[in-house]
Amino acid sequence: MTGEGGGGTAGCRAGTEPPRPMSGAIHRGRADGTEGKVSAIMSRLVVVGNGPTSHRLVEALVAKGFTGRITVLGEEPRAAYDRVALTSYLAGRSVEDLTYPVPEGVVPRLSSRVVDIDRRKKEVTTADGRREPYDVLVLATGSSPFVPPVPGRELDGCFTYRTIDDLDAIREAASAATSGVVIGGGLLGLEAADALRGLGLSTHVVEMGGWLMPRQVDEGGGAVLRGHVEALGLRVHTDAGVKEIVAGPDGRVAGLVKPDGETVEAQIVVFSAGVRPRDELARQAGLEVGGRGGIAVDDRMRTADPAIYAIGECASHEGVVYGLVGPCFTMAEVAADRVLGGGAVFTRADLSTKLKLLGVEVAQFGAMDGALDVTFMDPVGGVYQKLFVSDDARTLLGGICVGDATPYNTLKPFVGRDLPGSPSELLFSGGPASTELPDDAQVCSCNNVTKGQVRAAVADHGLTDVAGIKGCTRAGTTCGSCVPMLSQILAKSGVEPSKALCEHFAYSRAELFDIVRVRAITTFSRLIAEHGTGRGCDVCKPVVASILASLGGGHILDGEQAALQDTNDHFLANIQRNGTYSVVPRVPGGEITPDGLIVIGEVARDFGLYTKITGGQRIDLLGARVEQLPLIWKRLVDAGFESGHAYGKALRTVKSCVGSTWCRYGVQDAVGLAIALELRYRGLRSPHKLKSAVSGCARECAEARGKDFGVIATERGWNLYVGGNGGFSPRHADLFASDLGTEELVRVIDRFLMFYIRTADRLQRTSAWLEAQGAAYVREVVLEDSLGICADLEAQMERHVAGYADEWRTTIEDPEKLRRFVSFINAPGTPDPSIAFEPQREQVKPVLAPLEAVRS
Amino acid sequence: MTVLSEELEQAGWTPVCSYTDLLPERGVCALVGGRQIALFRAFDGTLFAIGNRDPFSGAHVLSRGIMGTRAGEPVVASPMHKQAFSLATGVCLDDPATAVPTYPVRLTGETVEVGTG
Ligand code: SRM
Ligand SMILES: Cc1cc2nc3c(=O)[nH]c(=O)nc-3n(C[C@H](O)[C@H](O)[C@H](O)COP(=O)(O)OP(=O)(O)OC[C@H]3O[C@@H](n4cnc5c(N)ncnc54)[C@H](O)[C@@H]3O)c2cc1C
Ligand code: SF4
Ligand code: FES
Repeated sequence: MTGEGGGGTAGCRAGTEPPRPMSGAIHRGRADGTEGKVSAIMSRLVVVGNGPTSHRLVEALVAKGFTGRITVLGEEPRAAYDRVALTSYLAGRSVEDLTYPVPEGVVPRLSSRVVDIDRRKKEVTTADGRREPYDVLVLATGSSPFVPPVPGRELDGCFTYRTIDDLDAIREAASAATSGVVIGGGLLGLEAADALRGLGLSTHVVEMGGWLMPRQVDEGGGAVLRGHVEALGLRVHTDAGVKEIVAGPDGRVAGLVKPDGETVEAQIVVFSAGVRPRDELARQAGLEVGGRGGIAVDDRMRTADPAIYAIGECASHEGVVYGLVGPCFTMAEVAADRVLGGGAVFTRADLSTKLKLLGVEVAQFGAMDGALDVTFMDPVGGVYQKLFVSDDARTLLGGICVGDATPYNTLKPFVGRDLPGSPSELLFSGGPASTELPDDAQVCSCNNVTKGQVRAAVADHGLTDVAGIKGCTRAGTTCGSCVPMLSQILAKSGVEPSKALCEHFAYSRAELFDIVRVRAITTFSRLIAEHGTGRGCDVCKPVVASILASLGGGHILDGEQAALQDTNDHFLANIQRNGTYSVVPRVPGGEITPDGLIVIGEVARDFGLYTKITGGQRIDLLGARVEQLPLIWKRLVDAGFESGHAYGKALRTVKSCVGSTWCRYGVQDAVGLAIALELRYRGLRSPHKLKSAVSGCARECAEARGKDFGVIATERGWNLYVGGNGGFSPRHADLFASDLGTEELVRVIDRFLMFYIRTADRLQRTSAWLEAQGAAYVREVVLEDSLGICADLEAQMERHVAGYADEWRTTIEDPEKLRRFVSFINAPGTPDPSIAFEPQREQVKPVLAPLEAVRS
Repeated sequence: MTVLSEELEQAGWTPVCSYTDLLPERGVCALVGGRQIALFRAFDGTLFAIGNRDPFSGAHVLSRGIMGTRAGEPVVASPMHKQAFSLATGVCLDDPATAVPTYPVRLTGETVEVGTG
């Protein structure tokens, strides 16, 4: 959310200056010479207001080389902060996290409310009586929450939701409250309601209109949204105004009375019934205001007084006041350009919105009605999508999405154009067969980039990936919703996907594997010095780490190898969304003793970890801080457990069914074989994770055919299946060999796995690898030894089995390796204060990560 | 770069660890005046300091990312969702509108010191 930062073209690998459209709705006209000269002597610039728009203006001025003195006068007692992210403050982010950096050379004066503008003398006066002369004045006073005139609105316990001070007050009041109500079911109302819920209050939302978010969605969408919101435990009252807010015996808020007489009990009331532009200073100074309030400005952001500009939520352009930061930032950039004598103009901005609120995607684009409309609704999945089209059903006018915003991503560029298919086909069959957009169609609305500009950038600079497009055009760098479209354009431009792993190695993983093996390379530094360029990245380093490990490179945290590992491997645990880690001890074949279960239970209890049975027949303990990991593992290792490699691209689990020992249908000992296989291949590093299962008969209770290598018992032995996958693209495994004896089975699996490890691409599961190589070819190599490498493959697997050691045991026994398990190098005993938990169903869960609210 | 120079002088330099505590191309985190600062040592010994908070996930984890280069620029990839941040400027190369703070860092003898306000 911070400014341009100057890194805009860093990803552009070509030498020439890339096409760089101005963001938002700025279009450069010809600079007007007179204005340029005037601005040169305007050396004292005063900004009233210290919000996001003001900050963006100052940043742009500094970046563009403004040499005068900039004074910012802000009413709030703190530096400018990111108001869009306000709610995350209640979820644990600090004021510093939200605060924007202060651009160099700028003097912000805090707690300084401007009370008067003297246009004749060109000076402003603050509430403490200080005067500040200006050559150019910019008003960026934003808006204030609208509080409807209902009886009781002055009571203790009533709040608005706009500033950090508001949130501090709400947080304090919430500690003594059990329930709260938000007045207003719009965007901000729902955000406030989610915040109250996060503070542990039972929460109500009261909306005057007939449904939630009436400005973004229609009635049908509102109903689906309501379903999502209620599923989270919020109570929704629509068609409900407020008659009165009533006090309890202590004089504080006790509840809200609806017009129908029903009382909603609440100790906290938050008003979120809209905002009003803060145009009072401008009115006093006799400047013109718009019909619906807001300081009237022209395309240059200038008010009727040529020395005064107005930008952001306080400004009214062609009668429209914008309540989203995108257009506000554009205004700031136009004003900065104009102050410096440029010719930028502001044009009407797109109000399309896409956001994720309370975990639900909601989007609206183009018009909200039309001659005809087509609706797709899935009440079970909570999805509602509607397209508005012209009376001949050919031109797209707009759309609404709740629960799944895919049409927003794929169809928004077609607004005002011929649809790429029939509307029903587009919604029901999951999108158009071909979305051939004309070159002038806008693909990224955040940064105003057209398809033609993207194609030109790809062609002119030889771009091969989305990152390159982002670097050259800025498309995709703001809300990200156009990224799928960018990939499509890339693919259609006929870009041959390069086999190069990344910018540092021109080789595929398989080629690197051979180089490392044949040349007996044992360090990344030597490999990159002799066969690559630069110092590597998050793509090639883990690949090389995995290759070195597959070839028997010792402990993965030894020496230089440690720096190559993904964080998960680096800490021998999986990172979770709040920066904590999970602990997954190996439970071979899913067989575990009561004593083992008790130890796991005790460890989880003593460290306060969330405990869950995984889909892989073992137990996941979640929420451990880095410094707890060695303590937890010490206890587990002492009780005989070892690393389950849930973090590594390595063997995960070999699931089993109870098999012939107990099951009346079982024909072989499925558990025994599963345990043997899991112990044999544990710790084996591979291009992607490896999963396996053994079923005791053809009823297949262990789901072996969903695994990379699955085994199903027969009367005469074992059938081996390979190339199965669950996950993103499920695939049933193919029968590879039948009725094998146990020893033979293991030999075939040894060869199969090693051949895969040698030749597969980075992150290619066996399913995709098998299809790429051809099953018949793999069968020839592995079963008939057509390449004559099987002895080598088997020997390599034997070395792996012999060299296996539990990574966690060796780690806790080595003080050198243990040193990394601290949150802070200078305060090893201090736990990370940003990590917090709250209770849920008698266990812990992370305190909600900040609400995602992405809008274009 | 974003810190006002007066603030800096007030706070001065805080010693956080010794140079050898830093592995080449791997980060650590230091807690300085309530701020989490991620420190990195490049292969050639250059030191970098940026904010530890990953702005995309909100988690304080950047010190645990993989360090490398992009077109010569030293970067760290967020361990959460892999966006690369320039260690020199703090700007996210995958989304230049996003940046993390950078902090002055220096070596005094064997001691690594960071400056912060
Ligand atoms: C814990 C668990 C869910 C659960 O609570 O049950 C889980 C959790 C994760 N899965 Fe899974 N998967 C779990 C069983 C599965 C299964 C079912 C199974 O293994 O029987 C599947 C489908 C089967 C398959 O893989 O073919 C599965 C398909 C995935 C995929 C998609 C793989 C694909 O080929 O498309 C990913 C993503 C990836 O690996 O790139 C994934 C990735 C993940 C990660 C590692 C995501 C991450 O990077 O943070 C999750 C972290 C686990 C953690 O922190 O401990 N998980 N995941 C299960 C752990 C099993 C175990 O004991 O090791
Ligand atoms: C909880 C919340 C969530 C939001 N989420 C989103 C979102 O996801 N996407 C989106 O696009 N927008 C969102 N918005 C709207 C966004 O915050 C505003 O568009 C943006 O803040 C407008 O910036 P501004 O600087 O114009 O006004 P403001 O942020 O209102 O800043 C104006 C500042 O000027 C000060 N001021 C006013 N009068 C004076 C005076 N006389 N003297 C001195 N100082 C004065 C005020 O105190 C204030 O600090 C959200 C808003 C809130 C409250
Ligand atoms: S797969 Fe066969 S042996 Fe195993 S539990 Fe099912 S029916 Fe019984
Ligand atoms: S539409 Fe491209 S980044 Fe938002």
